[in-house]
Amino acid sequence: MATAISILPAQQLATLNDAYRKAVARKRLKATVAAAVFCAALFIAALGADVNLHTFFTYFGNFVSYFDRILTLDSGARVWTDPVEWFWGLKKWLRLLGETLLISYVGTLTGAVFAFALNFFAAQNTSPGPWVRFTVRRLLEIARTVPGIVFALIFVIAFGLGPMAGVLAIAIHTTGALGKLFAEIVENADMKPVEGIRSTGASWLSCMRFAILPQVSAGYASYALLRFEVNVREASVMGFVGAGGIGQELVVAIRKFYYSDVSAILVTIIVTVFIIDISTGWLRGRLFGKETRR
Amino acid sequence: MSQLPKPDTAELRAKYPGVFERPASARLAMPATIVAALAIFAYGLVDLDFSPSRLISGMSQLGWITMMMIPPNPGASFPLYMQALGETLSIALLGTTLAALLALPVSLLAARNIIPSNLIRFPVRRFLDSIRGVDTLIWALVWINVVGLGPFAGVLAIMVSDFGAFGKLFSEAIEAADRKQVEGIRASGGNALHEIRFGLLPQVLPVIAGQVLYFIESNTRSATIIGIVGAGGIGLQLAEQIRVLEWQKVSFLILMILIAVAAIDFISSKLRFAIIGQRAVV
Repeated sequence: MATAISILPAQQLATLNDAYRKAVARKRLKATVAAAVFCAALFIAALGADVNLHTFFTYFGNFVSYFDRILTLDSGARVWTDPVEWFWGLKKWLRLLGETLLISYVGTLTGAVFAFALNFFAAQNTSPGPWVRFTVRRLLEIARTVPGIVFALIFVIAFGLGPMAGVLAIAIHTTGALGKLFAEIVENADMKPVEGIRSTGASWLSCMRFAILPQVSAGYASYALLRFEVNVREASVMGFVGAGGIGQELVVAIRKFYYSDVSAILVTIIVTVFIIDISTGWLRGRLFGKETRR
Repeated sequence: MSQLPKPDTAELRAKYPGVFERPASARLAMPATIVAALAIFAYGLVDLDFSPSRLISGMSQLGWITMMMIPPNPGASFPLYMQALGETLSIALLGTTLAALLALPVSLLAARNIIPSNLIRFPVRRFLDSIRGVDTLIWALVWINVVGLGPFAGVLAIMVSDFGAFGKLFSEAIEAADRKQVEGIRASGGNALHEIRFGLLPQVLPVIAGQVLYFIESNTRSATIIGIVGAGGIGLQLAEQIRVLEWQKVSFLILMILIAVAAIDFISSKLRFAIIGQRAVV
């Protein structure tokens, strides 16, 4: 086989090479400028955030040894050598974990009901009027952007310490987040059934009930379950501001340096979050699986 | 006037038994689920100390608080709040960048197409999962114990908690990358590092850049929260003003957060489109 690689004449090659080099140089310049701008932003940010590498390196040993300490019992033994001593407060913690789960359940359900009531007004294709849509959208946006724990701080003052403030904070945040997602599902729904129902002389309410709802309910359930998962994590820190759940116990353990308690509570939280993640994942798979089979 | 003939129900029943006679389990499933859900809800309300009187008195308190919030007014502390907001944005930017830099090498270890052996990949993945299971606020409390109160603890908290999330997302992006380009590099005689540098990174980097920008955006929110436990930024000011009941300042701070988040959203979505193009929105 005698094939030769054809080589272009030098002149032609030179112009091509030139063009290539120029293109590459332009790209490199762009990348360099972007990197320089980013590094400058980082530098300013480092000044703004009081980054002190000296502190960091002096105390980094503390961070590592912190984990050493939380994994050591008062008696000096490693925690896993004596699980009974490690989880001495398991009964109390499980009760508080149950409370955390209840907070997120009640909060998610309330939020989902409100989001359900509001989302038809927020979606472009079903909203009765542009003014209603605008107002509802802004309300949902505020409920979504203000972090749940800020609501909790305010509610603790209005409703008093306790899980009620946590539930309401989670409910409001969930309304904002789910309202937007629900409205997006509705916007993707097929509008032909609505026309069909309207042509029979039905009211707006009947249109929503019989034309839109059957299309979107599985999506709603899936998003609500996903939100429940997120809310379990959120509810686990609501106790930091006095709004109930396991967070209260954790913050006391961290602040008062009850080292082995910190690790025990963290382990129970992580395991619970894992279990909730897996079971809601399974449930969502079943819900959607059923939908596609129909 | 001709009338439509009345439907013959009996005949229809005989023709489509599946529609008219669903098994009891299918008919009862939905009501049973609803009843169970409501029962747990009611139990929750009782267990969590909900009472109508508390709800009503709380609502009136809340209404009063809302009245006190209007109009938003920073008083003389406006420069201080702007500085705190800058601090918050700095925390978000630095924390996310550091997390991305740390997570990139680790995500290679967790990707199936780079490390085929389960022996390394499995522990790395579980490690990342555990980090993600712990909330940013908890990490902030831990870091405050280590480096003291202040924004630096916030940076480190965001860094650690995002490290877990990035490790997972990056490794998924790497696993989704096209195999052919890596094979091309190997065919032309490149070693394993060359494969990663020239075959994999050019495919993965735009996706990663998009995700990092998205996280900077969402971390602006997290950075406001971690101030509440003492890790600097605007959250610290917010928590303080709520505790001393300065409602006008509180509403001003909340407005500032809303505007800052909206601005960051806008900028980062523009940048994301510029980097990854219209077709692939993360």
